[in-house]
Amino acid sequence: MCRLGGVLAVALLLAGCSASQWPVLHPDGPIAATQRTLLFTAFGLMLIVVVPVWVLTVIVLTRFRASRNSDDYHPNWQSNTVDAVVWIGPAVIVLAIGALVWDYTHKLDPYKPLDLSKTPLEIQVVAQDWKWLFVYPDQDVAVVNELVLPVDRPVTFKITSDTVMNSFYIPGLAGQIYAMAGMQSQLNVIAVKPGTFTGRNTQYSGSGFSDQQFAVKAVSEDDFEAWLKVVRASPDRLNAKAYADLAKPSEKVPVKYYAGAKEGLFASIIEKYASHYFHDRETDTN
Amino acid sequence: MLGKLSWDALPLYSWVAFSGAAMEVLAAVAVVAIITYLRAWRYLWTEWLTSVDHKRIGIMYTVLALVMLLRGFADAIMMRTQQAVAYDSQGYLPPDHFDQVFSAHGTIMIFFMAMPFLTGLINFVVPQQIGARDVAFPFLNSVSLWLTASGAGLVLASLVIGKFSTAGWTAYPPYSGIEYSPDVGVDYWLWAVILSGVGTTLTGINFLVTILKRRAPGMTLMRMPLFTWTALVVSLLIVFAFPAVTVAGGLLGLDRYLGMHFFTNDGGGNMMNYINLIWIWGHPEVYILILPAFGIFSEIVSTFSRKRLFGYASLVYATAAIGLLSFTVWLHHFFTMGSSANVNAFFGIMTMIIAVPTGVKVFDWLFTMYRGRIEMSVPMLWTIGFIVTFVIGGMSGVLLAIPPVDYLMHNSTFLVAHFHNMLIPGALFGYFAGYMYWFPKAFGFKLDDTWGRRAFWLWISGFYLAFMPLYVLGFMGMSRRMEHYDMPGWQPWLIVAALGAFLIAAGIACMIIQLYVSVKNREALADTTGDPWGGRTLEWATASPPAPYNFARIPVVHDRDELIWRKEHGEGADKDDIATPIELPENTGHGVIIGIVGGILGFAMIWHIWWLAVVSLVAILATIVMRSFQDEGERDLTDSDVSALEKRGSGPLVGY
Amino acid sequence: MTAEAQTPPVEAPEIPEIPEIPEIPEIDVMGERDFGFWLYLMSDAIIFSLLFATYVVMIPGTDGGPTAQDVFDLPRAFAETVLLLTSSFTFGMASVAVLSGNKTHVVLWLAVTAVLGLGFIGLELSEFTSMIAAGAGPDRSGFLSAFFALVGTHGLHVTAGLVWILVTIIQLSRKELTPLMRSRIYRLGLFWHFLDIVWIGIFSVVYLPGVMGEAF
Repeated sequence: MCRLGGVLAVALLLAGCSASQWPVLHPDGPIAATQRTLLFTAFGLMLIVVVPVWVLTVIVLTRFRASRNSDDYHPNWQSNTVDAVVWIGPAVIVLAIGALVWDYTHKLDPYKPLDLSKTPLEIQVVAQDWKWLFVYPDQDVAVVNELVLPVDRPVTFKITSDTVMNSFYIPGLAGQIYAMAGMQSQLNVIAVKPGTFTGRNTQYSGSGFSDQQFAVKAVSEDDFEAWLKVVRASPDRLNAKAYADLAKPSEKVPVKYYAGAKEGLFASIIEKYASHYFHDRETDTN
Repeated sequence: MLGKLSWDALPLYSWVAFSGAAMEVLAAVAVVAIITYLRAWRYLWTEWLTSVDHKRIGIMYTVLALVMLLRGFADAIMMRTQQAVAYDSQGYLPPDHFDQVFSAHGTIMIFFMAMPFLTGLINFVVPQQIGARDVAFPFLNSVSLWLTASGAGLVLASLVIGKFSTAGWTAYPPYSGIEYSPDVGVDYWLWAVILSGVGTTLTGINFLVTILKRRAPGMTLMRMPLFTWTALVVSLLIVFAFPAVTVAGGLLGLDRYLGMHFFTNDGGGNMMNYINLIWIWGHPEVYILILPAFGIFSEIVSTFSRKRLFGYASLVYATAAIGLLSFTVWLHHFFTMGSSANVNAFFGIMTMIIAVPTGVKVFDWLFTMYRGRIEMSVPMLWTIGFIVTFVIGGMSGVLLAIPPVDYLMHNSTFLVAHFHNMLIPGALFGYFAGYMYWFPKAFGFKLDDTWGRRAFWLWISGFYLAFMPLYVLGFMGMSRRMEHYDMPGWQPWLIVAALGAFLIAAGIACMIIQLYVSVKNREALADTTGDPWGGRTLEWATASPPAPYNFARIPVVHDRDELIWRKEHGEGADKDDIATPIELPENTGHGVIIGIVGGILGFAMIWHIWWLAVVSLVAILATIVMRSFQDEGERDLTDSDVSALEKRGSGPLVGY
Repeated sequence: MTAEAQTPPVEAPEIPEIPEIPEIPEIDVMGERDFGFWLYLMSDAIIFSLLFATYVVMIPGTDGGPTAQDVFDLPRAFAETVLLLTSSFTFGMASVAVLSGNKTHVVLWLAVTAVLGLGFIGLELSEFTSMIAAGAGPDRSGFLSAFFALVGTHGLHVTAGLVWILVTIIQLSRKELTPLMRSRIYRLGLFWHFLDIVWIGIFSVVYLPGVMGEAF
């Protein structure tokens, strides 16, 4: 029982903490928020099975200790009813959670575009050793290790890797998806209020892995434009040579702005590895 | 001549690595010195290393597991201390070393601690439980043991010569490919896994045949003790699942050695194929680890509640269901690879379905205790600790099985906490319970009770302290495998987790003391009856320790709890037992030779010493062919041998 | 909880009936070995099926290099098939000779099987070397890696089978057709026929569609 108390205490503790510390529990985007709600619902449903286990353990251990020499001793006791209940009980719970899973896995498919009334902002994401490159093709800018998003506008990340497998993770916004060389994966997010989080690679990738993180800033549309101006003021352009330099392994890379990127850079990174596999899943746009 | 091997292979790159290697070498030297001092080499060779007796092989497997547990735990405590201090600093382990530590920890704990532990227990117990005199293929059993041991030897060697893999225990490409991991680390991993994998596959075949063909008369499938049932299902899982890790490892090896393009970024490779292959093995593997522990818990709950197992048939069907379902869930290890919502949802739901039979088992154990007379022995403590703790891991597992939740929690410390929550209480506590439960059967005396209790309480509190913070850190967005971090909020939790690891260290110390104290007091702790706990199944009908042939007369089985049946029937309950001639296979050094040469083959391949690889391969083949020219030796025991062995009776350390 | 506790307990029969005393167990050592060998073949079959799956997955991974149509030589693959199928037949003849206890015939048919197997291996090696010489080696592309791994694994098995046949012939020259030898030859036969079946899989999954194209 004391363990259950411990779990509750932890839960209470969590409730009182700030969003930046607890990105999973205090999300800033509807996707992550729904994911969190789902987590809580499933957790609650499971307690229906788990709490009885704890209670029963305590009851059984207090009532049926050999030292108590209880008369209620039936060395061959069996019960078909109980046997049926222990199958059906967990099965019903799993059925309930299973239904949720089917529903929400489709609702929260990371490939599914959000809010079709607005054109999504496309951001191309390239995982490198050990940093992240973000290319904004329509704005023609590129940034290393800093991701700035306008609030209330859906964003489509097109993700690939120019090295080993990485996992692109923004805990406060929408979870994660793998980045793999020669392939393109996708993640759709939307931020609903301004804020700053940390995104990172979660798939171990070598010695610079621990520092392979980036700041994520959700800002107003105006601030986004202002930020774009700052980036465009950079003297650097991400041409082929600049890209080759950038792609070399490096650790703890500071934020770097490029006022423009080579045409078709993202596609060329994918094609470098694979002319045959082009992994972009068909998605339901409806 | 020596391939890639040179003086640079010595671990002089960091003082931590050097002292680790030095400790390992010193320990090895100490063991050799002690054996020499005791003049025990001949005894060791003739009685143990060359033994084909399933009980001795089982004990040797368990010794291997316990030794590797120490090594794997040393890795664990290094990681915990590193993360406790590495806020905004490098800590004391450079990334390149930290990465070897977590890779070695996982590899050792899965392949060279858990697998030998469960194989050892199955070896020791199952033939006795089914009333058999040995396994079906005793020689093959010896080969399995020594291949596993040589794999473990390679992992140990990597600490002293060269480096271990940094690619984690699953060695995902392309990181584990030659382009990104050019040194010998991944090759160490590869050969250790392949050698032990071959050994394990042979074990699986051996126990399938043993259980299906060698049961005592009267022991129908539905009269098999539950531990034997889990051993049967596990053997089946091994035979079906291990080929996948062989293929995954083999193809990765072809990429690394012959420049092929199975899993490379370029050249038309497909890394996703590796990830599928490794988890087609990896998920059944989880159940290979956990099902025997479920079997052990079932035996213990029933024995110490003095009650027939509740819902035996349910437990059997649940075991079989888990075994079957374990092949249908592998994709949940990579929901984040971009499969369609239909695929992810399917595998998520399949995963949850496994929670049903698992839940059934938990309730059946509780209802076995219900209306019983529960004796809180040490094995029972591990069992209760397991039940209470395991359900937490079950919950976090169901959460991770929900794809949208997995997007948040994947690769986080929440995941680390989850699988440790399954494998420490679920598997390891079970093995510990089995070790303490069957120890008197193996050696003729019980383990000290007080030190056992201390070990248990330290282990379980250490477990909570070490892993509950990792659940919390997962909610704080901490990824696994981070060598350092810059989030101040994480550090307090990581310090708590490190404290937990130190409590577990104290628990391990208690287990070592327990062993020492028990050997010292073995006369007082002696089990002269062969049945120290009031057991219910046939392994308690033999002497402690059992005669080499286990049963002088083959028992005829009347009931699921056969020993209870015999106790209830008193005198003459064994009148049906059948006297048949006793034949024992002769000891042979071929198993240990194949194992050692297999280890040399692996070492030669790791270091590209091609001539040595060819020589050792030829040596192995020659041993096998030579063996096929001999008609296997068997020792027929005469009646007088048997009566001498029977008269010897049981008692502490008799027979060893 | 209480509701469950109140359900009337169904007491299991205290003392189950004593079953009929079964026959005295005689351990069927050879039967156990055969069963064990079947299990081994099963796990080997899984290895092959995963290699097949890998091959199918890797077919598009040609990396701009040669495709199946460019490198496969159907007549040679067909010749290999004929050799191996015939060897399976000749092994069958050896098994028949085992049954009739004619040791000379057993050795003879085993030798014929070995020669056919050697021919198969020879053709396979010539195929491999000519492909490597033409720049279509296993390191050229993922597709070719998968091809060499699948067909090569089968080839290694056949080679192991040939060694086994050789050892058996030598043993037969020294020993009679003891039950142990018969049982070994039986298992060797299982192995050999198994490799035949795998080859039929290779021929129809790798060579036929490869040359016809478009099948996958």
